[in-house]
Amino acid sequence: MFQVILQVVLIVMSISLFVCFIRTIIGPTLPDRVLALDSFGINLIGFVGMIMLVQETVAYSDVALVLSILAFIGTIALSKFIERGVVFDRE
Amino acid sequence: MTVSEIIISILVLIGGFLSLLSSIGLIRFRDVYGRAQAATKSATLGVISIMLGVFLFFLAQGQFNGKILLVILFVFLTAPVAAMMISRTAYWKGVPLWEQSIQDDLKEVYNKKNENDEST
Repeated sequence: MFQVILQVVLIVMSISLFVCFIRTIIGPTLPDRVLALDSFGINLIGFVGMIMLVQETVAYSDVALVLSILAFIGTIALSKFIERGVVFDRE
Repeated sequence: MTVSEIIISILVLIGGFLSLLSSIGLIRFRDVYGRAQAATKSATLGVISIMLGVFLFFLAQGQFNGKILLVILFVFLTAPVAAMMISRTAYWKGVPLWEQSIQDDLKEVYNKKNENDEST
């Protein structure tokens, strides 16, 4: 029963990732696409956590930590680049 | 099923449901700002629920893993900041609001900043 629940939630997370990818493709403006990629990264952390539960291993915890840091830094850098054209202000 | 498996199942089901709701909101809203609202709140709460379930699962087996708690803390701190930066960038670059929006409180500040930029 516990394994069946875990498989169902894994399928639900896959559907969620696919819908975020659809918004990334059809987004009319550039901030739409950046926001959809940020949400994709956050949902990918939950997907990795579900794989940790299914396989009963702790080996992917570093992967989840690095994915969260990379999603945040990529979003901040892209938003500053869209706004000003430069990432590092040297004023 | 033991008691710990029941608690972990409830947490994981809540997390998956909230992530699916966040994706449906990302498709159905008509505006960048509404999509920022949908993508940052419920996705964050769903991922925090799932990682709390993972932490309790390995705690029931006798392993204390601090990295999963670090993931929870980091997502909780940084997802609202990222959504705020994207919304501000979209407003300064002139992405329009939805046509039936009622009020726009940031417009006065935006016009004042434009006048200052033209005068200098």
